[in-house]
Amino acid sequence: MEGNFVVSRRMIDAFDVSPSDSEEAHVLAVDDSLVDRKVIERLLKISSFKVTAVDSGRRALQFLGLDEEKSASVGFDGLKVDLIITDYCMPGMTGYELLKKIKESSTFREIPVVIMSSENVLARIDRCLEEGAEDFIVKPVKLSDVKRLKDYMMREDGVGSESSRGGINKRKLQDCCDLSSSEPSISSSPSSSSSESPSRSPTSSSSAPSIPTPLDSPIRRLKMTTTDLID
Amino acid sequence: MEVGQMQSRLADYTKSLFMEGILDAQFLQLQQLQDESNPDFVVEVVSLFFDDSEKLLNDIARALDQQCVDFKKIDAHVHQLKGSSSSVGAQRVKNACVAFRNFCEEQNAEESRRCLQQVKQEYYLVKNKLETLFTLEQQIVAAGGSVPMIELSF
Repeated sequence: MEGNFVVSRRMIDAFDVSPSDSEEAHVLAVDDSLVDRKVIERLLKISSFKVTAVDSGRRALQFLGLDEEKSASVGFDGLKVDLIITDYCMPGMTGYELLKKIKESSTFREIPVVIMSSENVLARIDRCLEEGAEDFIVKPVKLSDVKRLKDYMMREDGVGSESSRGGINKRKLQDCCDLSSSEPSISSSPSSSSSESPSRSPTSSSSAPSIPTPLDSPIRRLKMTTTDLID
Repeated sequence: MEVGQMQSRLADYTKSLFMEGILDAQFLQLQQLQDESNPDFVVEVVSLFFDDSEKLLNDIARALDQQCVDFKKIDAHVHQLKGSSSSVGAQRVKNACVAFRNFCEEQNAEESRRCLQQVKQEYYLVKNKLETLFTLEQQIVAAGGSVPMIELSF
């Protein structure tokens, strides 16, 4: 255990985690740009989120313990991730590839993922939403964009809004027809996946997304800005 | 000059930067993120932007100087510069990058070099303007005043 503890502290230093406060939701932000990382980190903190900012999809997976090559056997139990916000265009692993990897993981696929991109490309947005992204934010990211993230939170203490809970439930219902409980089962420790069937393909949720489209949603935003497809 | 005068001078100066399109609304976003707990946020982000940009501009210049110009690499650099300038509200730099990327796509070396000059020009302009702005802010703070939030009615 001693060895594990040392590794986790070093990793925490490397990942630049903000001080622990169990009341605040924890966001994992992924962006290769230092400028953007600084901005998104501040946007999130000022909106009362805990933030871990990493510079690549690879690091994000390492943090989550999903990287095949570097298995972080240390359980980041105290640092449960409530939402992942990632840039789309990154060298190495794109935000889309990261999204797929997260949605393929039975442990982490319930974590809402939001994509950020400077390019307002319909095909790209569609692809991300189909793969299970909660939202697509066009950069530069503003305070209003970040405040909206609270809607996608998956917190057992009921911080998330009803509509998003409904949206998530809808997707789950398409996956697991035996889900009768009203609360989505968010495991605080990754090992408890008793209510999930590992064999379900996460991408099946994309078949008929009947997600409500509130005014701020990307779908609505798309309709408002179809004329400026090119930056 | 007393604090009130300094403050109006700063307000006028800032407004002019918006009027000239050198800065856009994103810069206001950054200012909103600054408070007592993070009093130097804007300066910090902008400093990162300066460092990042200068490195990118050098990389682009070097790439354009090669025998065999790697447009894909240049485009990647310009994309990055476009992103960071957009994030800090450096509108004219961002727009210059957009134009630059078109020529990268066309693999036009001559036009690309011209674009680089254009981007550099806009970059040094915004750098100069922001440094002046920060100096004006410092003077107000040094004189015991506070830097007012800019109210803009766009």
